[in-house]
Amino acid sequence: MMAWWDDFFWTYQNLVYALGINGLLALSIYVVLAVGQLSLGQAAFMGLGAYSSTIMTVKFKLPFLLVLPASCVVPVVFALLIGGPTLRLSGVYLAIATIGLGEVLRAVYLNIDYFGGALGLSGIPERAGVGAIYGLLVVALLVLWLVGRSHIGRAMEAMRTDETAAEVMGINVPRYRLGALLASAVLAGLAGALSAHVSSFIGPNEYGFEPAVTILSYALLGGIGTPIAPVLGAWILTLLPEMLRGLADFRLVFNGLIIVIAVLFLPRGLLAFRLRRS
Amino acid sequence: MLAQQLVNGVLLGATYALFALGFTLIFGVLRVINLVYGFYFSAGAFMALFLTRQYGWPIVAALPVAAAGAGVLAIALDWVLLTRLRRVGAPELASLMVTLGAVLALYAASTALLGPDIRRLPPDLIGAEAMVIAGVRITAAQVLILVATAVLVGGLIALMRGTRLGLALRAMAENPDAAGLMGIDTGRLAALVSFISGALAGAGGVLIGLNFNAIHPYMGEAMMLRGFVVIIVGGLGDIRGALIAGLLLGIVEVLTAGYVASGLKEAVAFAILVAVLWTRPVGLFGRAVVRRA
Repeated sequence: MMAWWDDFFWTYQNLVYALGINGLLALSIYVVLAVGQLSLGQAAFMGLGAYSSTIMTVKFKLPFLLVLPASCVVPVVFALLIGGPTLRLSGVYLAIATIGLGEVLRAVYLNIDYFGGALGLSGIPERAGVGAIYGLLVVALLVLWLVGRSHIGRAMEAMRTDETAAEVMGINVPRYRLGALLASAVLAGLAGALSAHVSSFIGPNEYGFEPAVTILSYALLGGIGTPIAPVLGAWILTLLPEMLRGLADFRLVFNGLIIVIAVLFLPRGLLAFRLRRS
Repeated sequence: MLAQQLVNGVLLGATYALFALGFTLIFGVLRVINLVYGFYFSAGAFMALFLTRQYGWPIVAALPVAAAGAGVLAIALDWVLLTRLRRVGAPELASLMVTLGAVLALYAASTALLGPDIRRLPPDLIGAEAMVIAGVRITAAQVLILVATAVLVGGLIALMRGTRLGLALRAMAENPDAAGLMGIDTGRLAALVSFISGALAGAGGVLIGLNFNAIHPYMGEAMMLRGFVVIIVGGLGDIRGALIAGLLLGIVEVLTAGYVASGLKEAVAFAILVAVLWTRPVGLFGRAVVRRA
């Protein structure tokens, strides 16, 4: 059994990592969509987690057990900075403010030598692995499942369906939204730190506009009825280009069209289950 | 030196204002953040590239045709993507997501078909010699940018303020249902708004392509960042605000590039966006209506 696994793992190592990391990213956008908001900054948050954790590991030689939780700090600060004013306004403001973030940070990484410029940062030791990635994915799924089933989940669903009615029922809508955005920044930051510590190299072009939209397509393909659905959406969209080689060139076209089709024709996603609550 | 920077800034800002005008017009009248808008910018630039390279058209002929072509493209894409959502009265975020997915597909498809490399307009398209007025260099391309922007912006303001059509558009911006009851054909007006804004973006693409002489499929995406900053700073849907904010952004970017670091101009633009959101979410001129959650 172990020999079989070793064989498989050596061939598909990067794919196995990508499935776990994209699953975490799908959860990070799920949390925001679940409160009826749209953040397009998930890739940017991931990049902030990746860059800050790499700097802590490579330049300050900190242990990974410290680096991993600390990698959430910078994304959370950015989420507070952008979410603070916008989450009190209508939903388009958060979307507009976050969609540019990835491209802005790309310009910053490219032009400041401390971040390695166009070459990025390399020589990152391989500190993460299957255990850390899938362990965190399972924990995140479990926590979100429990939260979704609790009264918090009920409040989130209420404000997604009708924010005015939810507010009248005494739900503090801006506070829930900010909480959701911060949780999503934490998840994306962790995903960034994990991906940096399995790939030995990070570059400025990996966290811009295209990955941001791709992350959204994970959640829209799966739907946001349950936390497992966006993860499965991420897995489908990660595996498809591997299996259909011809698709690889048009991967982004496909991801974009998934969003169009999902919003127009499948507003609940492919896996339109709902959480059961007692 | 400073005078030269200011002139360059105003000219760059004029193009930003032109671009953002169509973006804010779509939001003002149709209540949609249309992210495909950046693609019209790329499409206009590519059409002008094709007309001048392939058929040897002069730029004064290629500019209006490319703008009109981008306008027609805008009508088609708006019809495909947004009619259905408008009919069912879908929330703002649904239309935003549809246009987001569509624009990624369009950029990626055009990169796959046309290649990602930077293309240039024919070198003899427009005179390279510069006039020097009071020590400030102005190229023929910059004069064309200024004239074209003034004509387009002036035309749009005259249309909105001076004609019955403009009155109908403003009525539709105010309340589409009431406008429909007053006998205004809102479907046709929606197509008209798409055409006008697509043409403004397309013209912006040609002019920026001319100014920097670098045309590539994703150029509209870099421009959209400016579009976001301008419509937030100017106020969502506020035409006059977009004009002023566009000019200011152009000046700030040129000054940042000239005196701080050219790689930080995006970061400065974004910092302005966040600062305005914290302090004046209604826009600097405070006339846009902000829907609070």
